Amino acid sequence: MLYREAGQFKTSYGDDQAIFPIRQDRIGVAIILLAAYLAIPLTASPYLFTSILIPFLIYALAAIGLNLLTGYCGQVSLGTGGFMAVGAYAAYNFAIRMPELNLLVVFLLAGGCAALVGVVFGIPSLRIKGFYLAVATLAAQFFMDWMFSRIKWFTNYTPSGSVNAPPLSLFGFAIDTPAERYYLILAIVTVMALAAKNLVRGRVGRSWMAIRDMDIAAEIIGIRPLRAKLSAFAVSSFYAGIAGALWAFLHLGSWEPLAFDINRSFTLLFMVIIGGLGSILGCFFGAAFILIVPLALNQIPTALGIPISTAMISHLEFMIFGALIVFFLIVEPHGLARLWALGKEKLRLWPFPH
Amino acid sequence: MTATGGRRIGDVLLKVEDISLSFGGVRALSGVSFDIRKHEIRAIIGPNGAGKSSMLNVINGFYHPQKGKIIFKDIARTDIGPYDAASRGIARTFQNIALFRGMSTLDNIMTGRLLKMKRNLFWQALYWGPARREEMEHRAAAERIIDFLEIQSIRKVPVGRLPYGLQKRVELGRALAAEPELLLLDEPMAGMNVEEKEDMCRFILDVNDEFGTTIALIEHDMGVVMDISDRVVVLDYGKKIADGTPDEVRGNQAVIDAYLGVQH
Ligand SMILES: Nc1ncnc2c1ncn2[C@@H]1O[C@H](COP(=O)(O)OP(=O)(O)OP(=O)(O)O)[C@@H](O)[C@H]1O
Ligand SMILES: [Mg+2]
Repeated sequence: MLYREAGQFKTSYGDDQAIFPIRQDRIGVAIILLAAYLAIPLTASPYLFTSILIPFLIYALAAIGLNLLTGYCGQVSLGTGGFMAVGAYAAYNFAIRMPELNLLVVFLLAGGCAALVGVVFGIPSLRIKGFYLAVATLAAQFFMDWMFSRIKWFTNYTPSGSVNAPPLSLFGFAIDTPAERYYLILAIVTVMALAAKNLVRGRVGRSWMAIRDMDIAAEIIGIRPLRAKLSAFAVSSFYAGIAGALWAFLHLGSWEPLAFDINRSFTLLFMVIIGGLGSILGCFFGAAFILIVPLALNQIPTALGIPISTAMISHLEFMIFGALIVFFLIVEPHGLARLWALGKEKLRLWPFPH
Repeated sequence: MTATGGRRIGDVLLKVEDISLSFGGVRALSGVSFDIRKHEIRAIIGPNGAGKSSMLNVINGFYHPQKGKIIFKDIARTDIGPYDAASRGIARTFQNIALFRGMSTLDNIMTGRLLKMKRNLFWQALYWGPARREEMEHRAAAERIIDFLEIQSIRKVPVGRLPYGLQKRVELGRALAAEPELLLLDEPMAGMNVEEKEDMCRFILDVNDEFGTTIALIEHDMGVVMDISDRVVVLDYGKKIADGTPDEVRGNQAVIDAYLGVQH
């Protein structure tokens, strides 16, 4: 009976179109934001920041990018890792070649470069769909791997091919400790997640979903497939690019092209499928899930005193993810986000069965 | 109900001239000409495979005829694209429902208004000021259509979960959302029960009457056609075999033969 919208009357279309039209949801979100901005930073250990919270937020951001393209616009992509690499190396080059640039501007430019590259590799989507498009985006991935390991200019001719992020500061404040890095990432992810939600509930989002659901009908309504698809590639890669820059600068600190290889692309695709295609909230679920399962597999058996080898753990990890992906693709393509929504629906009606 | 009553039938809005269309060896249309006047309800009938749907596809720029001219609002073209057709005021529904199944009724209808929405990506990401105002304006317009079609209760339901008859109604709503001058309806009542057909007839007549929308309609139910259309064009094997008022067409020998399957 606690989760109920009775008595909450919407008096304008604005109220009804709000992201969280139900009061209890708004309270829930306020609590999460308070926790993320206040409680967690006050209590978290450096380990929690660097191994869980920071990668979680950046993964979620990259997953949002991929979900905009695949979940909302229906264009399968295996190139997210490549677009993240573009963002990372673009940020690196802007930062070392124009040290006076504000860090946020560097990130924006990195996103912009990734968006441009995304548009170029999105062009085949005008002709090909599904599996064939996935293969074409895979080409983007391999091309980026090749480019950043072979063209030495991008790595500023460092002999090892591995590069270091420059010392970071924002408006004169050094960004150094895990908590500082966490705050910067959290702020960026909050703003960008909100922007993504705004996009998908407005005209642009509808044009993407229309292309995803029925491209012929979309065209006849006056949606131009070229624009819709390429804008999805651009926005998606912009997100991936910024996520890549954050991953490189604030999570890794020093990295080589391998950090953004094909595995990264697959991991992100799994997150989006498990979290829920076509859901922004699902991206957070998916990212949390993919990070937490390996940790749980490491901790729980030892805690219970069950002897288990590390090799076994990584096998188990593969098996669990594989099974879950098959499950979600077949049974619940809207993923954890949908299960969450169903749970809320049940709660809304509880204790009555209907 | 033959509705020349309140509304006045005006000048020619659309004229197709000598349209021929073939797919490889299949001739879907050969030398078809007819016109549609402002505010009229124009039926296109004919046996299966006569080329009716192909004709609508030509009119809204989805098929490109090898020969002929399409004159819409006094501008003649042979080859138009779907975008041109939509932006110049032609909307349609499909024989096999072509809704956006993953989206709600409301979103489907809002998508129908897409061409009327102008704010760019940047404003929309902010969802603030002009972008928000635009969204609310169009929401209000979408709600008027939802009220008109009496589908308030399914506003938020993903259309993939709706029964067939309601899906057809939502598809009409999506087409209406564009506020078209010319509305093309491809078998809007196919597969409906009597009651649903009556509702659909009423909506079509109301659209025509209240908004003055010109309607071209493909329909197999002759009772409906005779009831609601002002003029009827009959196709058979891609050729026009008759054109006139429902009464004229009904008495036409070629039409009777075509429907009875007399050998050519
Ligand atoms: N895209 C296409 N490719 C190949 N042939 C087509 C195509 N569209 C239509 N045709 C052919 O053109 C002819 C006319 O088809 P059309 O769909 O216009 O008929 P129709 O009058 O709408 O029939 P029905 O009452 O069955 O809907 C048919 O022979 C059909 O097979
Ligand atoms: Mg047909």
